[in-house]
Amino acid sequence: MIKWIPRIVLILILLTLLTGSFLHAQQRFPKPEFDTGYVQPDPSTPEPRAMAMEYFDVLVLLVVLSLASWLAIKKRSRRGLLWLSVFSLIYFGFYRDGCICSVGAIQNVALSIFDPGYAISITALLFFVLPLLFALFFGRVFCASACPLGAIQDLLVIHPISIPSWIRKTLGFIPLIYLALSVLFAATGSDFIICRYDPFIGIFRMDGPFLMIFLGMTFLFLGMFYARPYCRIFCPYGVLLGWMSKFSKWHMSITPSECIKCKLCEDSCPFDAIEVPIEQSYRDPEVSRKNLRRFIFYIAMIPLLTLAGGWTGAKSNVFLSRVHPDVYLAELMISNPELREDEENLDIQAFLEAGLTFEQLIEKAAVIREKFRKGGMAMGGFIGLALGITLMNQVVFRRREDYKPHKGDCFSCGRCMDYCPVGKIVNSA
Amino acid sequence: MDKQNKSKDKGVKRRDFINTGVRLALGVSVVGTAAFTLKRSSTGKDYVWQIDPFKCTQCGRCATECVKAESAVKCVHAYALCGYCDLCGGYFKPGAKLETGAENQLCPTGAIQRKFIEEPYFEYVIDEALCIGCAKCVKGCSAFGNGSLHLQIRHDLCLNCNQCSIASVCPSDAISRVPADEPYKIKGDFIIEKEV
Repeated sequence: MIKWIPRIVLILILLTLLTGSFLHAQQRFPKPEFDTGYVQPDPSTPEPRAMAMEYFDVLVLLVVLSLASWLAIKKRSRRGLLWLSVFSLIYFGFYRDGCICSVGAIQNVALSIFDPGYAISITALLFFVLPLLFALFFGRVFCASACPLGAIQDLLVIHPISIPSWIRKTLGFIPLIYLALSVLFAATGSDFIICRYDPFIGIFRMDGPFLMIFLGMTFLFLGMFYARPYCRIFCPYGVLLGWMSKFSKWHMSITPSECIKCKLCEDSCPFDAIEVPIEQSYRDPEVSRKNLRRFIFYIAMIPLLTLAGGWTGAKSNVFLSRVHPDVYLAELMISNPELREDEENLDIQAFLEAGLTFEQLIEKAAVIREKFRKGGMAMGGFIGLALGITLMNQVVFRRREDYKPHKGDCFSCGRCMDYCPVGKIVNSA
Repeated sequence: MDKQNKSKDKGVKRRDFINTGVRLALGVSVVGTAAFTLKRSSTGKDYVWQIDPFKCTQCGRCATECVKAESAVKCVHAYALCGYCDLCGGYFKPGAKLETGAENQLCPTGAIQRKFIEEPYFEYVIDEALCIGCAKCVKGCSAFGNGSLHLQIRHDLCLNCNQCSIASVCPSDAISRVPADEPYKIKGDFIIEKEV
């Protein structure tokens, strides 16, 4: 009989907890009965922005993307693309406060894939998908004209300097890591880091924490010389767009007809995205053989790099999982047990008040850490694979006789088109 | 010469073929991801952020962590729950005199207006223009009163950010996405809903 007592107590406690919501309803002070005919007001509930308006945003995006594709490929108008980007900056940036944007939508998609409890809005999904599909057919027209983050930087390209290729390629690897990290953190429900460290959203809202505004201003200042720094060094969505654009069906070209190799466009691209003709030197048997050896070596490296990346990623789960608030709290309470008494520590006090046991928290944190182990492995493997492919591409040379935009890196901004003398002749004819 | 041109043509054709293949694969994966995502979260509803007043521990971060300088979180008064007390735990500082002087008021901005209704009842109204969402009154009301004062995200102010910056630092996980057609969790309505 005595054995049963703890269980009965437990059941009683559970019942009390379950009926907690009813206890809330019980009022300490009874509701008064008024004699003077006083009528109780109702709390006001202002409605959120009409959801129909969000579908309107999708429509605007669709129209802007279509128009940009037409301007870049058919009309070949830099001026048109510029004005379109100004419109996007005003509408998506300043009017819609920069939210929701396609860049951040990556995280919504990642979270909804890995967390069945999270429902993605159709708007976010379409913002994620539409620019990618357009890039698959027309190149990165989204970057040229629809992205408010790109537009604000593009307008401030004042004195772009040419950057050596190896620096560009090294820096260009950061977005891949950023993409992998943001997907990992979003998928584990830890944080939306793209949104948290969005440098321009503070400027769009004309309001925000100091660090955010400062970061935005720094990027804009840097962008005067290193054109579109956020797009080229950080933007995770640009990675996806680059993949799509590389295999796009149509793409903006520098010249409307035959390239006469006049070299006039060579320096016109502030993003160093124009590829110059490759001479025949690689046909030299000596060079060719050396490149082939390197090619084979890099291909052999790809699986090794993938494995190494996966291993490192899985090993760094302890470190990475600290971004999740539950893991952070659990670690903090283990390492500093005296903080339990600290009235100032809101996280611990809130946890203690919420009625969860410490063991439950530890259990929760362990589950999250396990997710991070798996996710970190996938993330590391992905980074390793990408690194391998990038290295491999270093020794792949394709014969190129014309000046062409690099389909993956080109933002389709159309600056180079104005430099092409062939275009001028075709236009005037 | 002819032969060389031919082999070049062949190379171009092969490259085109590979390009088309990869494009198809990429297109299928994008559309596939979208379809999977949509199927997974079949509701297709739109969501807004809201505070669950029963989870809220009145930590005060709502006042400072909102991306807007003036927080979109305000105190809401569920009049239906209010006891109309003379000694209001949300209005007066503990141990203060029952006078409406600022030194007696709990609210740092004086956003609560106290109005005499009839003996012995007083009505408390939140002036939203002054409220900063610090939850001091909520804490007082929950500790000593009926808990009719509580925080809510006001949707005329909320930007509905993709990731609510208050939600990510809320120590009690009280902020979550709720369907846009029921954008508030006002305490009274909320309880009725729970009991049904």
